[in-house]
Amino acid sequence: MNIIITISITAFIVLYAGLFKAKKALLPLTVVGLLTALGFTIGAWNGNAVHFGMMQTDNFALAFSGICIIGTLLIFLLTQNYFHAKSDNVAEYFTLILFALAGMIMMVSYKNMAMLFVGLEIMSVSLYILAGIRKRDFASNEASLKYFLMGAFSTGFLLFGITLIYGATGSFDLDKIQAYLVDNSKAISPIFYPGVILMMIGLCFKVGAAPFHFWTPDVYEGSPTLITTFMSTVVKTAGFAAFLRLFAGSFAPLHDFWVVPLMVIVCLTLFIGNVTALFQKNFKRMLAYSSISHAGYLLFSLIVLSAKSENNVLVYAAAYTFASIIAFAVLILVKQKTGSDSFESFNGLGKKNPLVALSLTVAMLSLAGIPLTAGFIGKYLMFLNVMGEYQTLLVAFAILNALVGFYYYFKVIVAMWFKDGAEIELSTPGQYKVVLLVSVAITLILGIYPAIILNLI
Amino acid sequence: MEQLLLLIFLPLAGAIITAFAGKSAKIISTVISVASLVLALFIAGNFIPDASTQFEANLPWIADLGIRFHAGIDGISMLVVLLTNLLIPIIILSSYKHDYKNPAAFYALILFMQTGLLLVFTAMDAFLFYIGWEAALIPIYFICAFWGGKDRIRINMKFFVYTIAGSLFMLMGIIYLYLQNPADNFDIQAFYALNLDSAQQGWIFWAFFIAFAIKMPIFPFHTWQPDTYTTAPTQGTMLLSGIMLKMGIYGVIRWLLPIVPTGVQDWSGLAMVLSIIGIVYASLIAFTQKDTKRLVAYSSIAHVGLISAGIFALNQQGMQGAMVQMLSHGINVVGLFFVLDIIFSRTKTNKIEELGGIAKAAPQLAIVFLIIVLGTVALPGTNGFIGEFLLLMGVYNYGIWTAAIAGLTIIFGAVYMLRMYQNVMLGQTNTLTINFKDIQGTEKLVLYIICALIIILGVYPKPLLHITEASVQHLLEQVNQKLTSVK
Repeated sequence: MNIIITISITAFIVLYAGLFKAKKALLPLTVVGLLTALGFTIGAWNGNAVHFGMMQTDNFALAFSGICIIGTLLIFLLTQNYFHAKSDNVAEYFTLILFALAGMIMMVSYKNMAMLFVGLEIMSVSLYILAGIRKRDFASNEASLKYFLMGAFSTGFLLFGITLIYGATGSFDLDKIQAYLVDNSKAISPIFYPGVILMMIGLCFKVGAAPFHFWTPDVYEGSPTLITTFMSTVVKTAGFAAFLRLFAGSFAPLHDFWVVPLMVIVCLTLFIGNVTALFQKNFKRMLAYSSISHAGYLLFSLIVLSAKSENNVLVYAAAYTFASIIAFAVLILVKQKTGSDSFESFNGLGKKNPLVALSLTVAMLSLAGIPLTAGFIGKYLMFLNVMGEYQTLLVAFAILNALVGFYYYFKVIVAMWFKDGAEIELSTPGQYKVVLLVSVAITLILGIYPAIILNLI
Repeated sequence: MEQLLLLIFLPLAGAIITAFAGKSAKIISTVISVASLVLALFIAGNFIPDASTQFEANLPWIADLGIRFHAGIDGISMLVVLLTNLLIPIIILSSYKHDYKNPAAFYALILFMQTGLLLVFTAMDAFLFYIGWEAALIPIYFICAFWGGKDRIRINMKFFVYTIAGSLFMLMGIIYLYLQNPADNFDIQAFYALNLDSAQQGWIFWAFFIAFAIKMPIFPFHTWQPDTYTTAPTQGTMLLSGIMLKMGIYGVIRWLLPIVPTGVQDWSGLAMVLSIIGIVYASLIAFTQKDTKRLVAYSSIAHVGLISAGIFALNQQGMQGAMVQMLSHGINVVGLFFVLDIIFSRTKTNKIEELGGIAKAAPQLAIVFLIIVLGTVALPGTNGFIGEFLLLMGVYNYGIWTAAIAGLTIIFGAVYMLRMYQNVMLGQTNTLTINFKDIQGTEKLVLYIICALIIILGVYPKPLLHITEASVQHLLEQVNQKLTSVK
């Protein structure tokens, strides 16, 4: 509870600070606010408090809140020289991101479906605005509109699903729904099943899983890069946490029913995400499609539900988040210099900017899943989990997809190190260096000694 | 234990120092690699040649997943560890005449790779083995793709995806074994003790075999090899052919045979056929090569074919021959590629027909090159002989006809290697070779060391055989015991 209050108050303070033109104070205020929230998150560890029957800050919720807050913090650090160049109303960006974060905290810690819906909407509405915040930019407008229409559409599915489930069980409460399924395992109301499917569709829209992914590439490409970073990392993580809370928790007794459509979704997501990413010429768009494929790997954890499923998602989400933040941070730097986000603009980057290029290399290796990076541990846990039920074909399919992944992740490594290009020298502001350093360190530490995160939840 | 940890992580520490060393990277990496050689020799000196695992390090790593940092050295490991630590300083020394751009990165990557290789060769935990397996791949990919020649990007991508495809399926096999293991760990002894039925063993065999076959490479998984060898910088080719190839052979001996003996037995016929096809096919292609580097690349496929045939013969002679030949082949092939590099750096060509008469201008090079070529074609008295002899004996015990065909490699090898020598070194000098400068400085040093090893190991191979004998015997006993217990 304290976490949400802190974040919301920070958002308001930042808004007022903007009103009084205290531009310099914005970032410090936000950072202090987020660090306080992070402190509350750590303080509530093992508390497992239930707040008014609506939210439950168990370790699952706290761990994911922690990742979301740290991710957001890093993204705020990337705002140096970013928004100031684009707009006078920097405070609005800050506030909206903070509001979205507050929504996400609800999404990862809800105990009542109403909170899921409220959290999702708080987050989504903030993101609709953020996607379209470049008012005079056509692509940004398109992104916002697409995101809004698709988002509204998917919310409809979700809401309809919630309604049906309420109709069957008479409750919004996750524990009561689970109790209903356990008690009436022989006589579950027939409207419960479509409810589950509709909620799955709604959430798949939000996390960008195929075949509900069509909005992602355009929205990711059109939005300002920093917002794309936010959407494809922190927002995605929160979406998965929400997914997991519902399906690995309440709907777990019905696993045999919903695992079939889920498997279809996983296979489609992996295949479409990877194969389409292969053909992209634009780095940002490639990242968008790769984020779809990562959604596929993340959904792996739901195919075989085990005690470890939740923690596996946490590891994977952490690996993915920090690697993506590096990738987008470098993309922003490159785009500021060259004005383009195609692969060609990365040519020869390693010559003049070895450290930046090295960070991006680590990020790409992690996304591709090379050992000694966090991404490998994430993928390994997912494969291990599914192999546990001997779904060998599925793992083989995922491995083939991972191979495709090597091609496009290595494209940028090849461009940076092995190709000759205009030898641009990036101007890397101090805060970017901090973000790159922290993210690379986390990626490597989780890759070499993952024991610290394996038993968190 | 401390010695082993030092052995494994000294190159890694060296890599980190070298990476920030700037211009003095060459010297620092040389010092580090020589230090690791001394350390390896020290360990070999204290090694007791019985079947036990020595210098064992067994530390907790990722406890929740049953992963431990468990490494140790037995006779089989000892040999390849020696090979690795012997060749790395030689390879680094062989680069002295080159002026690579970004030398710090170049030498750091070589040392980083050394740690990966040593992990592979000492790991007693399957997960650690896999980590080492990949940790060796990443640096060599960067070495070949950054400092390589024409079309290096496409060729190395193929190499990379090829090898990593193999290793990912191996990882699947490892996970499968882990799930079968009631002790919930990756320990090699626990994997040895698993009781798998023959269908399971068949699957595991293929999951591992393809990874190893790609690395060696065995026909028909060899298509990445000639291009990669040809475009890589010479040191990259040396690393690939001298050491990395042995990862595959070592993997078969250490992991494949004892874990899935029934699978090996069921499929060894096919593996044998593939190996033999590889020998003949690669030899025939080597005949037609106009490029010296490609010729040696194909000859390497033929040699590896014989080694794998010896292993799949599943007897003591074949296995011992494979062990010795691993070392000999590593030394010889590094020597060959170094000579070719020297010739290329002076004449700017690898084409056999454009060369000739170098022996007149460079008598010393002619002598060392001849010794290396003779070692490669397994002349008695050179290191190649004892290995190939044992290998053929092993294959003969498997089947006379197999041995007859496999034996062709010696005849073929002699023909194409000596013909290459003749065309390159003898005959008329031409404008390219008339002013050929003889070997000097580090070139001399490296080639003399290699020649000395070829002759010493050829005349007195006993210490080598002694190191591995007990371990190989133990391994085969283990395999046979498991085979009979299944029946």
